Amino acid sequence: MSQTKAPRLKAPRPTIERPPAISGILAPERFMKLLALVLFVVAAIIPFISATPYIISILTSAFIYIVLAMGLNVVVGYAGLLDLGYIAFMAVGAYTSGILTTQFGLSMLETIPFVIVACILAGVIIGGPTLRLRSDYLAIVTLGFGEIIRITANNLKITGGPSGIHGIPTWSFFGWSFADGLDIGGIHFNAKVLFYYFVLFVGIGLAVVAVSRLGKGKLGRAWKSVRDDEDVSEAMGINGYATKLLAYIIGAVWGGFAGTLMASHLSAISPNSFEFLYSALVLMAVVLGGMGSTPGVIIGALFVSLAPELLRDFSEWRYLIFGVLLVVAMIFRPKGIWPANAVLPFLKKREIPGVPPTSAVSVVGASDEEVFTDEERR
Amino acid sequence: MFQLIWNGLFVGSFYALVALGYSMVYGIIKLLNFAHGDLYMLGSFLAFVVLGGMTGLFGLGSIPILLLVLLITMLLTGGIGVLIERVAYRPLRTSPRLAALITAVGVSFTLEYAVRQIFGASPLVFPIRLQGAPVEVFGARITMPQLVLMLVAAILMFLLQRYVMHSREGRAMRAIALDQKASLLMGVNVNKVISRTFFIGSALAGAAGVMAAAYYGTIDFLMGFVIGLKAFTAAVIGGIGNLYGAMLGGIVLGLLESFGTHFLGGQWRDVFAFGFLILFLVFKPTGILGERVVERV
Repeated sequence: MSQTKAPRLKAPRPTIERPPAISGILAPERFMKLLALVLFVVAAIIPFISATPYIISILTSAFIYIVLAMGLNVVVGYAGLLDLGYIAFMAVGAYTSGILTTQFGLSMLETIPFVIVACILAGVIIGGPTLRLRSDYLAIVTLGFGEIIRITANNLKITGGPSGIHGIPTWSFFGWSFADGLDIGGIHFNAKVLFYYFVLFVGIGLAVVAVSRLGKGKLGRAWKSVRDDEDVSEAMGINGYATKLLAYIIGAVWGGFAGTLMASHLSAISPNSFEFLYSALVLMAVVLGGMGSTPGVIIGALFVSLAPELLRDFSEWRYLIFGVLLVVAMIFRPKGIWPANAVLPFLKKREIPGVPPTSAVSVVGASDEEVFTDEERR
Repeated sequence: MFQLIWNGLFVGSFYALVALGYSMVYGIIKLLNFAHGDLYMLGSFLAFVVLGGMTGLFGLGSIPILLLVLLITMLLTGGIGVLIERVAYRPLRTSPRLAALITAVGVSFTLEYAVRQIFGASPLVFPIRLQGAPVEVFGARITMPQLVLMLVAAILMFLLQRYVMHSREGRAMRAIALDQKASLLMGVNVNKVISRTFFIGSALAGAAGVMAAAYYGTIDFLMGFVIGLKAFTAAVIGGIGNLYGAMLGGIVLGLLESFGTHFLGGQWRDVFAFGFLILFLVFKPTGILGERVVERV
């Protein structure tokens, strides 16, 4: 039998020549990665340059702020849920590990599973009912939740009441603790510097890389589509409620982790550290930096945590200035200092040329005049 | 027992006054005005300033003076509310909701810390402190100032109800709440009506602030924060966007708090209120009087 060969369908040739993919050091993606690596290395060698306790301490706090802001970035930046009580999750984390270490004698590392479970529970309790409603209720409920956590911590016996918990130990791993210090090659690292490195490598490295990769993956795209238009994304088969709840829980766990870091950094926590003010500060870091943008959020977190240290006189005024900045930023620059799709001006951009104004596409039955391209229509 | 109910009604009338503004603004432009509680705070501080200017003229401490101050303060806070709407909210009316919400947080912060920079962080003593001999009614101690304040609150609410339900401007407000675009097409000056709504809501919050300051005797720059939350809770309990709902919610919340405080202790009062907010959102998100809101896209 002779087989009749079906004619193979071929894709038409592209009508425009697409430029080659950008390579080299000035490609935006690669440049940002290199820059991040350089900054990371710089941060790693700072203790060798100047290891005064003050500098190490404020930098550690700033890094913890970055972890916190990256967590809130998942909630606000990616999923578009306004959380005004984010610091409550930090409180949950800090108190969970604080109580477990001081009352039950666990080590800091062993408390992490409990912190994660506690934060997931808290996230489900708050997010579960409110994320079903499609409105702004979440914002004010989280505000109330922050207050509930603070007042509860203030009135319970196990949390130490208004004076809080003190004497929280630093991190220890299987019998070895940061407090012992470490000698490598004749250089002595004390507990503060070791904790700094711990936050830098585990906290920042993990938090930043994990969140920015989460944002690019399937789940991250689902978050962004729910943020942009929930109805359309549900029509595309995304479960809006589950997606938002997941974002909320992941943000909560991040906050709890930052809380345990903060607890062991300061070695003491009290209800005053978890006021609404601090929720607003973290929110400002995310909003001013750029919602959903990793470099933006890092810049914002550094700004919010370091500005009062650098400008001592300014610290009295900072909340007023931050309040005005929030309004101004929303009116004039709603996407923040470094928006999610920003590219530095000197970096090469891949520009795809517009369709040349020729009648490359001819439509059967249409005269040439009727075939407009986009250019002509304007 | 009757004492608890009375206390609840009294506190509830303050909540209701603040909740009315929340509810009106939410009903008309669907914005959670976080700065609303701070207008309450601002009202008490403005009254403090006004009283400072007036003591030389009239002397201190009588209820008529307080009512005059109340009126002046209501005008001032109403004006500030309109200003806030014009500067911060109007440019963002068409932008995403998240942007408007964050702006509202920013405005709230600005008001709180501006007041802190002007008056200092420590609480101030309000020059008028209303006190009177208590009267025993059914075993409850009721003072004259409490009665007067409740009466003022009731009058304000009654006037508002008449205004919104039985006047041309009120009809325009309700029309905008239903459909902004359609009412624009029907010749309603939307911007003007929204300004007016902000004026009324802010004035009511300011009035509540003055009354609370005169009753409790101290004011501080963060006093609006918790009241704002409570007022929102009251608005949700009653059904947000509903005028009667806000009043009912305020009273209900006041009563709930009064009983909760009695049985659990004063330090858990706020936890109790916000717990109710979450419970209401789980089981009846539309509130007692609210209708199902159909979201249009």
